[in-house]
Amino acid sequence: MIPASFEYRRAGSVDEALGWLAEDPDGTKLLAGGHSLLPLMKLRLATPAVLVDIGRVPDLSYVTDAGDHVAIGALTRHRDVEVSDVARAEVPLLSHVAGQVGDPQVRHRGTIGGSLAHGDPASDLPAAVLALGATLVVQGPGGTRDVAADDFFRGFLETAVGPDEMLVEIKVPKARGGWAFQKFNRRAQDWAIVGVAAVVDANGSGGRVALVNMGSTTVRARGTEEALASGADAADAAARAADGLEPPSDLHASAEYRRHLATVLVRRAIEEATAGRA
Amino acid sequence: MSATVTDGVLAGGSDIVGTRMLRREDPALLSGEARFVDDLVVPGALHMAVVRSPYAHARVASVDLSAALAMPGVLAAFSGADLSGEWASPMPCAWPVTSDMQSPAHYPLATSEVCYVGDAVAVVVAASSSEAQDAAGAVAVSYEELPAAVDLEDAAGDRVLAHTGSPSNRAYTWELIPDADAVERAFATAAVTISERYVQQRLIPAAMETRGVCVVPQPFGGEFTVYSSTQIPHILRTMLGMTVGVPEGRIRVVAPSVGGGFGSKLDVYAEELLCLALARRLRRPVRWKEERTEAALATIQGRGQVQEIDLAADEHGRLLAVRVRLLADMGAYLQLVTPGVPLLGAFLYHGVYDVPAYSFTCTGVFTNKTPTDAYRGAGRPEATYAIERAIETLARRIGSDPAEVRRRNFIGRDRFPYASVAGLVFDSGNYDAALDAALELAGYDELRAEQARRRAEGDPKLLGIGLSSYVEMCGLAPSRVLASLNYVAGGWEAATVRMLPTGKVQVVTGASPHGQGHVTSWSMIIADKLGVAPDDVDVLHSDTAVSPMGLDTYGSRSLSVGGTAIALAADRVVEKAKLLAAYRLEVAPEDLDLAGGEFSVRGSPSRSIALGTLAFEAFTAHDLPEGMEPNLEASATFDPTNFTFPFGTHVAVVEVDTETGRVDLTRYFAVDDCGNQINPLIVEGQVHGGIAQGVGQALWEAAEYDEAGNPLTTTFADYLVPAATELPSFTLAHTVTPSPSNPLGVKGIGEAGTIASTPAVVNAVIDAMAHLGVTEIEMPATPERVWRSLRAAAHRTTEGAR
Ligand SMILES: Cc1cc2nc3c(=O)[nH]c(=O)nc-3n(C[C@H](O)[C@H](O)[C@H](O)COP(=O)(O)OP(=O)(O)OC[C@H]3O[C@@H](n4cnc5c(N)ncnc54)[C@H](O)[C@@H]3O)c2cc1C
Repeated sequence: MIPASFEYRRAGSVDEALGWLAEDPDGTKLLAGGHSLLPLMKLRLATPAVLVDIGRVPDLSYVTDAGDHVAIGALTRHRDVEVSDVARAEVPLLSHVAGQVGDPQVRHRGTIGGSLAHGDPASDLPAAVLALGATLVVQGPGGTRDVAADDFFRGFLETAVGPDEMLVEIKVPKARGGWAFQKFNRRAQDWAIVGVAAVVDANGSGGRVALVNMGSTTVRARGTEEALASGADAADAAARAADGLEPPSDLHASAEYRRHLATVLVRRAIEEATAGRA
Repeated sequence: MSATVTDGVLAGGSDIVGTRMLRREDPALLSGEARFVDDLVVPGALHMAVVRSPYAHARVASVDLSAALAMPGVLAAFSGADLSGEWASPMPCAWPVTSDMQSPAHYPLATSEVCYVGDAVAVVVAASSSEAQDAAGAVAVSYEELPAAVDLEDAAGDRVLAHTGSPSNRAYTWELIPDADAVERAFATAAVTISERYVQQRLIPAAMETRGVCVVPQPFGGEFTVYSSTQIPHILRTMLGMTVGVPEGRIRVVAPSVGGGFGSKLDVYAEELLCLALARRLRRPVRWKEERTEAALATIQGRGQVQEIDLAADEHGRLLAVRVRLLADMGAYLQLVTPGVPLLGAFLYHGVYDVPAYSFTCTGVFTNKTPTDAYRGAGRPEATYAIERAIETLARRIGSDPAEVRRRNFIGRDRFPYASVAGLVFDSGNYDAALDAALELAGYDELRAEQARRRAEGDPKLLGIGLSSYVEMCGLAPSRVLASLNYVAGGWEAATVRMLPTGKVQVVTGASPHGQGHVTSWSMIIADKLGVAPDDVDVLHSDTAVSPMGLDTYGSRSLSVGGTAIALAADRVVEKAKLLAAYRLEVAPEDLDLAGGEFSVRGSPSRSIALGTLAFEAFTAHDLPEGMEPNLEASATFDPTNFTFPFGTHVAVVEVDTETGRVDLTRYFAVDDCGNQINPLIVEGQVHGGIAQGVGQALWEAAEYDEAGNPLTTTFADYLVPAATELPSFTLAHTVTPSPSNPLGVKGIGEAGTIASTPAVVNAVIDAMAHLGVTEIEMPATPERVWRSLRAAAHRTTEGAR
């Protein structure tokens, strides 16, 4: 429970952080809320030589209305997303999901950027941004680039953020239509065994459904989405929730059980979303 | 012990006892003022880190310390061979349950063979704990992996030996079969017989504070102060003396604030011996703090049994015989009381029921896993689980309500003291009253109606109602009974009550509280005895220099044994004070009454003298009666003649989501009888925590191992301890049936909740699904297990219909 020794640097700006990253991209890690990184370091599963603390970089914590989308700074804490009036009004799925992450301590420390950049398929927020079709703004030595959520989650703990880059903002299109989030876990504070973030179109012609912990990365339930687009009802669409997916087997659940849970939870999510939850 | 309490604390005149006084311990704990081992500032202390085996079973080919010794801050590093000269004897096991018990020698560091993941092979001592840990990682141990005995039943067959060179994995077989023929006859002729098999999974005690030790040598006197997060400072002192070869009198053991134990700190651990030996060798203070992941390997685990229980009954469900066969997982070595844990339940597999024929057999088996030992309830939760699960199976078999079948079999209230078939004498009880109260509290009939309604409507959320009626034996223990069970120590407890010149009171207890609230309870008893305010009572404990005699805290013993000793010592102080008062007031002692801290002459209450005044006069000793020694101080040691037998009935209500298998505990009702209550608030606190811990076993907790013996649940992300969010608000009530086993009339309450709740919850889970054909579920009843059981039952039904 004591991490291996490392050098600690506190960045005063994004540029300073990027500069230090460039010096040794593979041996350096950004530290945001620390709630994913520090546990790994304490277990010595991560042993970065240098930690660049971006926790006090100014102006990266905000939730603002940007017209057709809501812009969220990468360092915004889960709690601030949860209680933001703008988020609640315009992207209620996201603020709701932020309120389901871990426990209050975790929500007051963990950041949305850290959660997304960590790329853990068991995390909740990645599913929400995937279902919402968000765009992630990544900054590197050559400037910023936009990455669609669909292209962001690449594999287990692997995202489109390069070793010399940093996630700076999340642009979430304003949501219309119904939404729902189903999180199935054994205790309130736990990660999901399976989770479902669903957004259904207002006109009932389809929707986007993203799944937590149903593969090596956050995934969309393509089978369900196709069924929805072709007019299937909730139960029929949900029956295809695990189509083509290879969920993990671990201590908490077998792959077979996860597939089953996905069908139940997706059905419930679609029913809830179409029941017109505000 | 023949002494009786003359002014029984509870017999009238008790102002404080029985009230819901807030715990005096809590401000320090809540404000962070309390000091735990790791909070102690010890200048110059060295930090020890332990190198542990990553294999369940392996031969240690070599240990290379050179790289570790070259690391920054490192002062020393030792292999098992390096330290083999430090030990006067192997690690202690105080409970050789049979004369032929097999117990492989267990030293703090393994030398040639490691027998579980976590078995210690080397230590590193450095200036800081992080340097010690870095260096521990640099110790190069070369292992030759051996096959491991992991599964308990497989290990019992000796396919793989947990210790190479041992004849078998069997540690012992212990039997309690008062009349084998009677059991045979009962099963041969019974109208109904049932046979069940239950698995008691291993549990991690998970005290909030992990273990820790700090040993400070006094270089000139050759003495050692051992600070340890332990439940047993007294026993530890003796055992350290014996194993490390330091004269016992030169060891002072202090247990500072201790953040829970649940039995896991009722042990003598390698790290305690190592810190003492290293402090002796290096002449420097040496400390060690257990990491959370380390605690999942190196601290004892609880339960770990496979139970087979058979019931024979007549057509009305009246029990004729109970037959039990256990396999008990010892783990890799026998710790302090490992082999005895199943025996603490051996007498209780017939539960609260009047059973004429009884047979119990237990075989202790070595496996290549962390040693097991006492964990909250120790043996009694296992026993209660088996009989309370089986009685519900019996009820289903004969188509009767489970409450009714229980009632038919209860030991009637007119039968106490009740001589049980297993050879115990149950002190007092009224099992019907507790059951009736619990059913009423729960609204049992309405719950059954609600359950029927949901089933009829095809509600995917089914309701389950589970009962558990329990009796336990606690107040460990009458020394003579312990002798008959081959336990090497006694079960008395010691106390001293001392009035200081200012009238304040000091109480010295041999109990060693670590969360129970003894300071509060002891001062309440004294407040009533001596007529002082509880705040004027200081309770000294958990330091062998201050409280040299004691047998510490476990087995729900502290109040019934230690609290009684306190009361007896206080009576002796009163007796002496009365003689002095009689002398001052010039009357006969028989003419004096004590009330509110004052002796007054019966009939002329204006002639009185305060106890505080007497304390001062006894201190100055200027004018004492002929032959009276100065000071008001008395000691007492209480050795009970019997255990106490708390009992009660719990009712759990669960909702089972048939689509996902999720179980929600929605309501919980408990009626407990722990005899007289000193502080009902503390009683409730103990019941709350106990229930939570028992529910943990039923629904969440399991120490899991893979087939190679690797532990899989070494963090709190994998080992799931329930939190407040998982539990409903408990509804509690009590009946009061005083115990005749001690003059306070008290029984224990520390373990009752854990004993009762596990079967109540599992019974509820099965009750929810029994109509669908689910009759068994392994603990913990995870959503996946529930889902699979439902699916298998549905499959059986369709097969059957074909
Ligand atoms: C007890 C507990 C329970 C939890 N439960 C849940 C749960 O139920 N659901 C859930 O989704 N999560 C859960 N979490 C994780 C939590 O949400 C984390 O806060 C989050 O995953 C990571 O955010 P962070 O700010 O703490 O990131 P950090 O731990 O600081 O960083 C995580 C990773 O992202 C990188 N990183 C951080 N910020 C950036 C950035 N701006 N650009 C590029 N890389 C970056 C870091 O270098 C690191 O590799 C839990 C955590 C704990 C400790």
